[in-house]
Amino acid sequence: MDKISFNLSLFSYLVASVGYFVYLAYRRPLVSTLAGWAVAFGLVCHTVTIGIRSSQTGHGPYTTSFEVALFLSWLIVVVYILTEWKYKIKDLGAFVIPLVFVVLLFSAFLSKETTLVPESEVHFWLTMHRTLSIMGYAAFSIAFAAGIMYLIQEHQVKTKKLGIMYFRMPSLEVLDDLNFKVIMIGFPLFTLGFMTGSIQNTEMNQPFFSWDLTRTLPLVVTWLIYCLVFFGRMVVGLRGKKAAQGAILGFVTVVGTYFLHIL
Amino acid sequence: MISTESNLVLVGVNHKATPVEIREKLAFNQVKLEASLEHLVSCPEIVENIILSTCNRVEIYARVENSDQGIQLLKDFISDYHGLSRGSLDQYFYSYRDNQAIEHLFRVSASLDSMILGEAQILGQVKDAYSTARALSSTGLVLNQLFEKAFNVAKKVREETGISERGVSISSAAVELAKKIFEDLENHSVMLVGTGEMAELAAKHLISYGVKTVYVASRTYERAIALAQTLNGCALDFDTFKEELYRADIVITSTAAPTFIIHKEMIEQAIHKRKNKPIFLIDIAVPRDIAPEVNDLENVYLYDIDDLQNVVNANMEERQKEAENAMEIIKEEVTKFNNWFSTLDVVPTIIEMRNRAEEMRKNEVDKTLKNLSHLSENDQKAIHQLTQSLVNKILHKPTINLKKKIQSKDGHVYLKAIRHLFHLDD
Repeated sequence: MDKISFNLSLFSYLVASVGYFVYLAYRRPLVSTLAGWAVAFGLVCHTVTIGIRSSQTGHGPYTTSFEVALFLSWLIVVVYILTEWKYKIKDLGAFVIPLVFVVLLFSAFLSKETTLVPESEVHFWLTMHRTLSIMGYAAFSIAFAAGIMYLIQEHQVKTKKLGIMYFRMPSLEVLDDLNFKVIMIGFPLFTLGFMTGSIQNTEMNQPFFSWDLTRTLPLVVTWLIYCLVFFGRMVVGLRGKKAAQGAILGFVTVVGTYFLHIL
Repeated sequence: MISTESNLVLVGVNHKATPVEIREKLAFNQVKLEASLEHLVSCPEIVENIILSTCNRVEIYARVENSDQGIQLLKDFISDYHGLSRGSLDQYFYSYRDNQAIEHLFRVSASLDSMILGEAQILGQVKDAYSTARALSSTGLVLNQLFEKAFNVAKKVREETGISERGVSISSAAVELAKKIFEDLENHSVMLVGTGEMAELAAKHLISYGVKTVYVASRTYERAIALAQTLNGCALDFDTFKEELYRADIVITSTAAPTFIIHKEMIEQAIHKRKNKPIFLIDIAVPRDIAPEVNDLENVYLYDIDDLQNVVNANMEERQKEAENAMEIIKEEVTKFNNWFSTLDVVPTIIEMRNRAEEMRKNEVDKTLKNLSHLSENDQKAIHQLTQSLVNKILHKPTINLKKKIQSKDGHVYLKAIRHLFHLDD
């Protein structure tokens, strides 16, 4: 059952990705509507998959690498739908949904084994740590998509070569604003996730903070990048291209960190 | 007599082949338009008609008894009504019928036939022409359906192609760029440096899109004040505008200065003061007012007059390409409309109905006569005549009534019913 719903959601996101690309290139309103429905259907199946998985394991979807990927991609879709609803940027789907598809496709190759988490204080901090971090990552992924769109649009306006994307994509101000807003939400979540992770370490009688080259250091780098983007805007007006580049770089380190964790 | 034919014709002149001196003579103002519609619809040859008169075209769409006669009649009418000789106008007239007339209307409504491809005004004009005609009851089933369809097609073209989305004038291209940088122009400000006519035009365009704060700087302070007054903005002293640059999101320069008056350092300072908020510089002065290397600065976008002209040219080309996509949509819709339209044509249906009856009659009579070989040739002929007149009598009333009913609003329902009851589509 969970396999069926998993495959259905994967397929729906593929259909939606293709649909959004077709819309980006050929502008057929019907295609965009269909892609929207495919995302909605994908999300329903995705939710079912997570529900079944959680009832099997008895805890939320954040213990194994598979669960993290499953949960992260689910949250990206949720954040995407909220953003789309608020900002009405139709073409955002062409940049976000393929990402969701890739994350989910990748998770298909991960081990589906379940791990038992002991009922304890550790469990609480682990839940908090993973949930908050993944929520932060989902927000960052939207900032990543907005950043890419910003760079494409900025390049067109700057070089005065106004291609098809110039007309399709939203203004620089909207993209910059979106980038700022999602990082404003994502960064505190990520920071809290980071802190609760440290608390979990102490609960497990490990040092509060460890300079582990593969685990902690990349996280610190990620945190520093978003910290710069976040406070840079407030203090010195770091915006536009630099903020977009920061959001992209930040997300690349997030992906890198994830791979370092599962290797 | 009531028409049973659905001949659609169109006669007109437009900007492509007809000079403005002729077009202006042929235009119908509102009063003339109404009188003409009423006159035409009272002609027995004309069933329905709509007159479209704009500065670029005069066209009469009509449903007539006979296409050839209808076209001649409309040409005569246009010439006579404006007191011009037919001979002098014949070279300008174009006329289309049925399919071509439908396609032409769809192209006109979707602005594919306009002087500026994709401009939005024409659709409104076609709508006005239609509602005027409709109010005077000079339209009926076919033209109503045709024009409503044309509005849908125009909407579809606008939504599914980019034909209208690219600005094709310098100031509209500038506004478009401003909207791609700032989105909502309402909370943004514009500064005019120099009071050139083009700059004023661009500023007015920006104001119409919501820009509220306007600064005007000019070497002649009085001119700055005068322009500031018309634009509801505030005048700046030319010596101080450089310090005030940071206040403006959009700067339009149009001075007659022989060298650059805005340099990289000035914009660097302004952008620093603005905490990197973007600034859009439009330099429409020749020689240029702003040093081109300003564009190298981050969050600064500089367009000079040539850049804007290039954008306009590219947009024109792009509209041309989109027009091809639009034509595909139109061709598709013409076929769809034509399918509906052809069902309206009652004559083929009546012929088919009669043929079907005749076929049945002949079969049955032949079968019977085979067994009655003792009958003389004359007797056999009499039987044929009898059955023929029987069939004719039976079909007479339905034929007459169908011809009458087809003129009514739900005429096609009768047609459909007849085709269904007599199995004509099997």
